[in-house]
Amino acid sequence: MIDAITQPFIEFSFMRRALVGCLALSLGAPPIGVFLMLRRMSLMGDAMSHAILPGAAIGYLLAGLSLFAMSLGGFAAGLAVALAAGLIARSTVLREDASLAAFYLVSLALGVLIVSVRGSNIDLLHVLFGTVLALDDQALLLVASISTLSLLVLAVIYRPLVLECFDPQFLRSTSDFSSPTHFTFLVLVVLNLVSGFQALGTLMAVGIMLLPAVTARFWADDVSGLILVAILVAFAASLTGLLLSYYANVPTGPAIILLAGVFYLVSVLVGAKGGLVWGLLPRKHLEA
Amino acid sequence: MSPRPEPAITFSDLTLGYDRHPAVHHIIGKVAKGELLAIVGPNGAGKSTLLKGIVGELKPLGGSLKIDSFRKSDVAYLPQQIEIDRSFPISVFDCVAMGLWREIGAWRGLDSTRKTHVVQALATVGLQDLGVRPVGALSGGQFQRVLFARLLLQDAAIILLDEPFRAVDTKTVADLIALILRWHEEGRTVLAALHDIDQVRAHFPVTLILAREVVTWGETRKVLTPANLAKSRQLVEAFDEHAEICARDGEARERQPA
Repeated sequence: MIDAITQPFIEFSFMRRALVGCLALSLGAPPIGVFLMLRRMSLMGDAMSHAILPGAAIGYLLAGLSLFAMSLGGFAAGLAVALAAGLIARSTVLREDASLAAFYLVSLALGVLIVSVRGSNIDLLHVLFGTVLALDDQALLLVASISTLSLLVLAVIYRPLVLECFDPQFLRSTSDFSSPTHFTFLVLVVLNLVSGFQALGTLMAVGIMLLPAVTARFWADDVSGLILVAILVAFAASLTGLLLSYYANVPTGPAIILLAGVFYLVSVLVGAKGGLVWGLLPRKHLEA
Repeated sequence: MSPRPEPAITFSDLTLGYDRHPAVHHIIGKVAKGELLAIVGPNGAGKSTLLKGIVGELKPLGGSLKIDSFRKSDVAYLPQQIEIDRSFPISVFDCVAMGLWREIGAWRGLDSTRKTHVVQALATVGLQDLGVRPVGALSGGQFQRVLFARLLLQDAAIILLDEPFRAVDTKTVADLIALILRWHEEGRTVLAALHDIDQVRAHFPVTLILAREVVTWGETRKVLTPANLAKSRQLVEAFDEHAEICARDGEARERQPA
């Protein structure tokens, strides 16, 4: 049994690289997902992942399959959409979700246009579904650096960010942290999506960010607990997903996300904090 | 008579509103330091708007206001419509501890002295046993007490309360009024938008009657008359979609010395 788990990683270096990459990703993205969920912006990750596409496509057109060019392009496009949407939400009647929807749709259309005019469909699939089994040193370094940076920045903005989620008005009226915190957080969202899209593809990058976060809601009831559980779930999904992909010979990105989905469904059913099964058990209420 | 204290807030022909339509306009006056001021008026009189203007949520459409404070955190504000996400996974203790922002900001830790302060604040509002519970588990009135505990810790010189007693039982109202009076004794400036006239008569020395403009402003027992209240109800007439540009803008400028 232990052999079956360790053997693929001992034998193949691409599996080891994939594992390291996914673990690094699992350290950075899930905490971001926790805050997205707490801010009721869960679907924003999805929208942002689409927004990244034209940037990555332009990077691809200019420099071919260059990690650096595609990441930089994706980052620039994602940042532009996030900041524009954030600014419009803060200065007009439009809410953040609506203004973001407008921008990401435009961005996605542009991305598809660029890719279909110049690239072949196989390349598009490459961009969309990632290459977790072909992570080179550069890619690993990128993913690891982004995770490290994102954890450090999160530690710095932790308190204002919690306040911004819980009681934005209080933060606005007592300090000048509100907008800087919000925009720093948006930058972190984009950075982690860019890092995830290298390994898992744009579509799957959102999965590793959000599925562990919503799973954690069934196991923890404070913010730090949520973050810890989310990271552990992401670790577990990465490991089991890689093994599933190895033994069943299925694509890695979807395998990891599917397993994260399995953890989610199991947690919905039996999670310690409000899992469905507890509602079905006849349990007497407490004294106070 | 003691010399008149310095103003905490000065309104200079202040107009506040939304989308060019004023909600309150041409407010001129001063709130003295340490004053306990009740703002009354019918629905739509502009009470909340005025408080929002003071705290900086709304930019003036005209005129200006000056607050005697150096930092944003000198003003504490309890809005009527709180944007708080009550389902957020945070404990009552942590929620109240946010009031210490002015002292600890974004990065300083919560040492044992400050923890004691948080516990004391909770005890003051009678919630000492509920610190570990999540905020989502509290009732509406209990949560209002939590917000008052947070205000206590904010230690602000100016405190703005917008309808602080909605959905609160009489016992809690009495407790919260005692707190407000304590703030008044400590020399803080307190402005409260209220609709219970008896409460105002009983506890607030100064009253501002608002009806989209100042109806009267002065000692409560003098200004809080049935005639003034009736006048304020009449003045809050319909919002006019095609309103002309306010003619008083010119007048006010002429009245002011250059």
